[in-house]
Amino acid sequence: MYRYDTKDQRLIDERAAQFADQMARHAAGELSADELRPLRLQNGLYIQRHGPMLRIAIPYGLLSAAQLRKLADITRRYDRGYGHFTTRQNLQLNWPKFEETPAIIGELAGVQMHAIQTSGNCVRNVTSDHFAGIAPDEIADPRPYCEIIRQWSTIHPEFAFLPRKFKIAVNAAGTDRALIRAHDIGLEVVRGEDGEFGLRVFVGGGLGRTPIIGKLLVDFLPRRHLLSYLDAVLRVYNRHGRRDNMYKARIKILVQALGVDEFRRQVEDEWALYRDGPLTLTDEEFARVAADFAPPAYAMVSDVAGERAALDRLAASEPGFARWLSRNVHAHKVAGYAAVTLSLKKTGVAPGDITAEQMDAVADLAERFSFGELRSSHEQNLVLADVRLSDLPEVWRISAAAGLATPNIGLLTDIICCPGGDLCSLANARSVPVAEAVQQRFADADALDKLGKLSLNISGCMNSCGHHHLADIGILGVDKNGEEWYQITLGGRQGNAATIGSVIGPSFRADEVPEVVEALVAVHQENAAPGELFADSLARIGSTPFRERAYAGRGRHIPEKRKAADGADHS
Amino acid sequence: MARIIRNSRVEDDAWTLLPKIDAAADAAQTPPAGPLLLPLDVWLAQREQLLARGEALGVWLDAADDPAAIAADLEHFTLLAVNFPKFTDGRGYSIARTLRERYGYRGELRAIGDVLHDQLYLLRRCGFDAFALRADKDAERALAGLTAFSDSYQGAVEQPLPLFRRRPAQPGEAV
Repeated sequence: MYRYDTKDQRLIDERAAQFADQMARHAAGELSADELRPLRLQNGLYIQRHGPMLRIAIPYGLLSAAQLRKLADITRRYDRGYGHFTTRQNLQLNWPKFEETPAIIGELAGVQMHAIQTSGNCVRNVTSDHFAGIAPDEIADPRPYCEIIRQWSTIHPEFAFLPRKFKIAVNAAGTDRALIRAHDIGLEVVRGEDGEFGLRVFVGGGLGRTPIIGKLLVDFLPRRHLLSYLDAVLRVYNRHGRRDNMYKARIKILVQALGVDEFRRQVEDEWALYRDGPLTLTDEEFARVAADFAPPAYAMVSDVAGERAALDRLAASEPGFARWLSRNVHAHKVAGYAAVTLSLKKTGVAPGDITAEQMDAVADLAERFSFGELRSSHEQNLVLADVRLSDLPEVWRISAAAGLATPNIGLLTDIICCPGGDLCSLANARSVPVAEAVQQRFADADALDKLGKLSLNISGCMNSCGHHHLADIGILGVDKNGEEWYQITLGGRQGNAATIGSVIGPSFRADEVPEVVEALVAVHQENAAPGELFADSLARIGSTPFRERAYAGRGRHIPEKRKAADGADHS
Repeated sequence: MARIIRNSRVEDDAWTLLPKIDAAADAAQTPPAGPLLLPLDVWLAQREQLLARGEALGVWLDAADDPAAIAADLEHFTLLAVNFPKFTDGRGYSIARTLRERYGYRGELRAIGDVLHDQLYLLRRCGFDAFALRADKDAERALAGLTAFSDSYQGAVEQPLPLFRRRPAQPGEAV
């Protein structure tokens, strides 16, 4: 992973000192609460329902074992002994003390970490594929691009006070696992006809109140132009994005208002000023950064078939291992290796939550079995990317003992879920208890496994941190006259064919949600061909039978088919 | 006399800042003698009379103003300013870079309005070299904000070369 040199370290140290000074000036009455607010947000410090929350940056989801141990240590000494992994691959502490946050930031700087720009109207933590560097379908390793973007965006002098937040994601594989078309800028690493690396640039995607799939801005941007082009896009947005209405302030609204062709023209006009200038990325710089992501020293595995056969024998005698092997273990491009997902979706635990003890256990696992590194995924799980096939049984036993081996990756209970109204001050509704109720309804592991891949995502409000728009079944908490209700969408998809789900009709009470999910699943199972996925049966038979079953016997009017949520809020 | 941050210290300032035209009231009022810092609309409306005064002129742009409106007039100004209606309104940073990098403005470029300690470093990087701190703030205390960081990753006005073009050669690499 990228290792700071003295320049990188000095910047992080100076940022920690700057934040400590800002907090001290605030305490002394020299900096008002309103003046401090944007500054603390740009260091990840929110004020939430019960007090402060600190969001720590995990650039593109990559962590070392030593960093994870430090995070465990911080949660023990400054918080309540646990943390929460977010859908943007970051880690949130829910119970820090306001006045201790400068000390936490200082501790983070000691392990090359920070909380810079994890909130605020600025360029946020860049996100990527949690299988970066090891995916068999990878065109290139996206992490050097991510790190170069991280450095470009860190304390960018021109773009600290944008109209609204700005999120960038990078994908470099055949399958998009980074939701690039649901980002303000989505970048896809591609190769030109002569083999040159470049980027396909999408702009103006995003979820939230106005979910929109990003539009193609450039089909092939040579790699050397990456930073000058990003500067140009951000310049146009910074100058012309709306600042009069925060709900209309994201770049997607500007792109929509101008049309992508006019937006592109304006970007190119700005870009002409910087193109081929000093911002041009040099091959030397790319190589310098890429060297830190060189593959680890993989063992030459001489008998891959034999190792696989041994796994199969264990699976035959241990159904739990068999299930874990089929759901939580993923293909690796190096023979004899696999990636392992450690599930943070055990029923009864808020999705994405992890205790300090579990963090230590994962750090140990990473050190013993995965070259000392791990990743967080936007699905709020952890990934050991480089595990020897022969080590899988031991990784399974240890992770199971730590409560991290729930064999549900990609299944209905692998719920993406925001912290919701229990903690977040934006939420309209609690999302965690709904997630748990659904998980309990689908407690039968065999039935769950048989159901196959099915995504269910829950957001506690329109800000859509739980990515409900992109799930097969999406659940959105809404407020109706002070009561918590839940709206259901169907047919969302992530990946290359990203699709915004459609609302099925009037919302449900919390206690109805598990039944409704069960009804939707039943319609699928009654109609599906063997092996057919929920998304595919839905696409084939249409949403009407699903809607009818969801509302059957509930004494509610079954609505006419609604148009997609995409068209709902373009005023 | 107002005090501003310039040349990394707090200095007296002789300029008179005129507010935007208040339609009915003072269109006919005579501006005071001495160097004048004018809103864009006054400059555009009274350009010839103002040039005839033979005194130093400057223009201040508001956050929504387009710097292209004065691009052809830069030779007439010894001062340009950009107003920050709120410190969280970041348009002025892009305006500053546009004035410096697109139109080649070399004279004094001053941040005015809601200008605070914690933005000075960023403002300086974008080409501002003078800062009229918000009146209730202590300019001497804020000087430290100019040097909050010893370096930056990005290329911008104050250092056009991004850090990657200035990093020392890696160990073992041919120099």
